[in-house]
Amino acid sequence: MLRDRKGFKIGVIILLIIFLFIAFLVGNIKGTLKVEPKRIFEVIMTDDGSPERMVIWNIRLPRMILAALVGTNLALSGAILQGVMKNPLADPSIIGISSGAGLFGIVVLVVFPQYIGLVPIAAFIGAMFAAFLIYILSWKGGIQTTRIILAGVAVSALFGAGISGILVFYSDRVHGALTFMNGSLSSRSWPEVWTILPYTIAGFILVNVFAEKLNILVLGDDVARGVGLNVEATRLGFTALAAFLAASAVSVVGLLGFVGLIVPHSIRLIMGNDYKYMFPATALLGSVLLMFSDTFARTFLSPTEIPVGIVMAVVGAPFFLFLLRRE
Amino acid sequence: MKDIILGVKDLSVNYKNKNVLAGVDLEIEKGKIYSIIGPNGCGKTTLIRAMSKSLKPKKGKVLLNGDDIFEMKSKEIAKKMAILNQNNTTMSDVTVKKLVQYGRYAHRDWWKGLNKEDDDITEWAMEKTFVANLKNRRIDTLSGGERQRAWLAMSIAQKPEILLLDEPTTYLDICHQLEILELVSKLNKEEGITIVMVLHDINHAVRYSDEVIVIYDKNIYTKGDSWSILKSQVIEEVFNVQTETIIDKESNKPIFYAKRVI
Repeated sequence: MLRDRKGFKIGVIILLIIFLFIAFLVGNIKGTLKVEPKRIFEVIMTDDGSPERMVIWNIRLPRMILAALVGTNLALSGAILQGVMKNPLADPSIIGISSGAGLFGIVVLVVFPQYIGLVPIAAFIGAMFAAFLIYILSWKGGIQTTRIILAGVAVSALFGAGISGILVFYSDRVHGALTFMNGSLSSRSWPEVWTILPYTIAGFILVNVFAEKLNILVLGDDVARGVGLNVEATRLGFTALAAFLAASAVSVVGLLGFVGLIVPHSIRLIMGNDYKYMFPATALLGSVLLMFSDTFARTFLSPTEIPVGIVMAVVGAPFFLFLLRRE
Repeated sequence: MKDIILGVKDLSVNYKNKNVLAGVDLEIEKGKIYSIIGPNGCGKTTLIRAMSKSLKPKKGKVLLNGDDIFEMKSKEIAKKMAILNQNNTTMSDVTVKKLVQYGRYAHRDWWKGLNKEDDDITEWAMEKTFVANLKNRRIDTLSGGERQRAWLAMSIAQKPEILLLDEPTTYLDICHQLEILELVSKLNKEEGITIVMVLHDINHAVRYSDEVIVIYDKNIYTKGDSWSILKSQVIEEVFNVQTETIIDKESNKPIFYAKRVI
């Protein structure tokens, strides 16, 4: 079949790189202030004091980069979780990993605002905690795939309630609580880019280096152990990696759902399940999807901005139902 | 002096809080074919899964060439012992060739690709199991018999000294059942691989193995060659059926049939 050919997979990746470039251009052109494509690169390269430079350098460029990084992290996190939990419907937001990260992050943000620098670490701990709760709840002599989603929904509801509680009790201290709950890139800029960038780079390198191990794990625990894979260490490592990627995304944009579901799945449908090719393609499509969605969220009802999380939910919820019916 | 490749010592295993095996002792000699039989739920699969480190025993040891497998690294075990699991279902859509290459996982460092030796062994394994012509097919598109041969190819690509098979013929029609069993006995004769398999069909067990191990009531009930198992009252005692045994003139092995439930 076509999708089994190496050339086809590489072709898809090249096409996605082209889309990434287009999404980047469109995101920088669109808005109240239209900027000529040619001017974009001029003002990025040199500070000429023009209004275009202001808009591009301080607002659109960092926001596009951030969209790409967040999209990469969430999409990779979803791709990993689907493999380690052997459940095609796993996604950091659906099974509660994002809300675990969100709760721990927001507790630091609201209750101990002096330690704001610890938000990503707290979010990571929350995400790992959520992942282990899910494993414990769904483990019955091995991973039970349907129980994962049920346990995940429960864990997600629990942490979600915790977040809502904090937002109610500390409503005076929380700015943009609504955008946190829905996930938004609004008014994010360079500081957020620098916060998430190291996580994205580290995560992207690690998933690609260890892709083959995840390919083997997907064959089943007994088979993987049989050919010599350390199943427990591999599962733990990849779960931590998924939590790490999702947590860093949540700490900068809040609870942004469905990216980790839609993106890896579309890639699976297009080019199969080999993680060696899936990871780069998933990262690219995650970036492209979030860049386009954010540009849309920013410009569709201009000057009002829609949180990009709402755009993702509108696209993602029907996609989730579609997958549910296919299973 | 017997050459023991796999030894089970005083093995007790609980599964879902229920004691399934209690104090099993077993010695597997190098180069032989063993079949494990027993009634449903007697612990056959549990025994083979504990022998392959897939289940942790409550008590006792499993020794591979004298080393405790629960203290060995998975990779070290995989170089000596391969396992073909029961009804392998998978959400994977790998091609046959890729699957067989995964069998080489234990033999290479994770940062290195496949070398010439890995390629040669992959080809050899696919030819031995007659899946070379299917190498670019995805395993989810294969028939039951083809898929089982592909999994077998992956197992022997590990170049194991011993191969464990858990009901390798389940869900296959009679032709493909024999095909797998012929293949397994050929691997034993030509490559010297020690075989331990759980089988449902008693006639297959006596026909294809040097020794039959009967599991009953959490332990090994008896163990012996085909004749000693079928001549005695073992089958009647363990399976609760009245039996009749005749000789297959071609193989000089006994064939039995169950006449009625006792």
